[in-house]
Amino acid sequence: MSTIDVAPENAHDAHGHDHDHPSFLAHHFDTPEQQFDSGKLGIWLFLVTEVLFFGGMFCAYAIFRMLRPDVFEGSSQFLNTKLGAINTGVLLFSSLTMAWAVRCSQTEEYKKLTAMLASTLSCAMIFLGVKSIEYSHKWGMGLLPAGSFFYDPANPHPTATEMVEKHGFSAGTAFFLENGLYFLCAPFALLMVGVLVWLAVSVLKGDKFQTACAMPLSVVCICFFVGVGLGMILESGSDEGHGAHTVAGEHAGDGHVATGDHDHDHASPAKHAAVQVGTDSDLTIRERLATDVTNSGISSELSARERQTTLAQGSVVTDTSTIEGGISETEQNVLTPRTAGIFFGIYYCMTGVHAIHILCGIGVLTWLLIRSVRHDFNRQYFGPVDYVGLYWHLVDLIWIYLFPLLYLIR
Amino acid sequence: MSAHSHAEDGHGEHREGYDFAHPMPVSMLLTVFGILIGLTILTVAQASFDFGSFDLYIVMGIATVKALLVGLFFMHLLWDKPFNAILFLGSFVFLALFIILTLTDSSQTSDSFEPKIDDVVPVVAEG
Repeated sequence: MSTIDVAPENAHDAHGHDHDHPSFLAHHFDTPEQQFDSGKLGIWLFLVTEVLFFGGMFCAYAIFRMLRPDVFEGSSQFLNTKLGAINTGVLLFSSLTMAWAVRCSQTEEYKKLTAMLASTLSCAMIFLGVKSIEYSHKWGMGLLPAGSFFYDPANPHPTATEMVEKHGFSAGTAFFLENGLYFLCAPFALLMVGVLVWLAVSVLKGDKFQTACAMPLSVVCICFFVGVGLGMILESGSDEGHGAHTVAGEHAGDGHVATGDHDHDHASPAKHAAVQVGTDSDLTIRERLATDVTNSGISSELSARERQTTLAQGSVVTDTSTIEGGISETEQNVLTPRTAGIFFGIYYCMTGVHAIHILCGIGVLTWLLIRSVRHDFNRQYFGPVDYVGLYWHLVDLIWIYLFPLLYLIR
Repeated sequence: MSAHSHAEDGHGEHREGYDFAHPMPVSMLLTVFGILIGLTILTVAQASFDFGSFDLYIVMGIATVKALLVGLFFMHLLWDKPFNAILFLGSFVFLALFIILTLTDSSQTSDSFEPKIDDVVPVVAEG
């Protein structure tokens, strides 16, 4: 097939009937299929880099969860499962509409294609709206990355002045944390106003093409605030995410399982010697109580008595590792700024980079939507829709893993 | 509406390299979506039960099934050229290598940045 004489580009006639050179076929490709396959290989290579890029953060997650599972379990109580689940559903639905959009571009159903792209965009906006509720709610409570973390169970929602006085923030930072939601919504509000103005102007000027673009995009911008509303309703309807006031206490004893190997095996010879100390009935009651792991105090007392008896009998005790209750073994509070801060650092990093990907997706989907209004795509040229679709599904894939790993830790 | 309703308008269906679109049936897309939502509900539901140490495996198993569904159907890998699938799966092989090696290393050396505070102070033996 000849590729020497390039037909002049004619963007408004995608159905170039000169079959050697359809207007959508770049001159260095022989056939539309070759062009499509080349682009597809390119986007798959890009997705490989994306997998490895997110992999770094999943690796950080794995390391810290391996080191301190109790911290992850405790901190995860602060994440609202309802909001996460709703967002998962919204993103899965956007994946469906995206796959459907690819189909529409192949079958040349232009109206439906525009509608599907607009639905995908709307879902992306709802996702971000719910996320902004999540983020601002946590910022106000001081659930921040290590270094800024200042959550206080006694006063979960401090005022800006308290943040300045107690936690040493600057007035500006405290104001930002207190009003995080307004700061997150502001750019989207500006965008919405801009698009609505554009719609009004295009209607007044009678520009049909611009109106056809601005109409769905207005709906998309409004959807961000639908997401914010949805998030508010779900957030207010539950006390989840206010969570873990008792986390530190709940896990008494868990930390030891991870770090030390304490077998509460009291069948040492010293045990019977210990009977000499204290009355029999008293001791049996204590022994029975000590069989319950939660009564670590009593079992420690018993083992301490055993040690005393062994010492009194003249033998030397070297191994003190099985005696609980020493200062080196006090149960750590998982909500210390450093440990919980690490969890929230990972949380903000992973979900934040994911949200940036959603924003990029919104950008390219908007470009697709405008092109779809222009009827750029057809059966032999639907590559861009397919490529953006692949990217969008990958973003969905990453969320599929993020949701259970962050929100559903028991 | 089928992709081939335009077969007579002279687009050259018969020509090599011009007829490669493979529209997915809507019913299939909706079915996959339904299964995905079902699995999401399952994931949330299982979070309220305690499966002990199997928790992570169950959760990751469900997520992987969902990821496979999205990959094979929504991302069209079932009908795609195998080379793309090999590339994509290859990235997960390297990701697994990366995470496994890093975890094994950090489980050996992590004390340096996450000190274990319950270490017993060694008693110096007097010889």
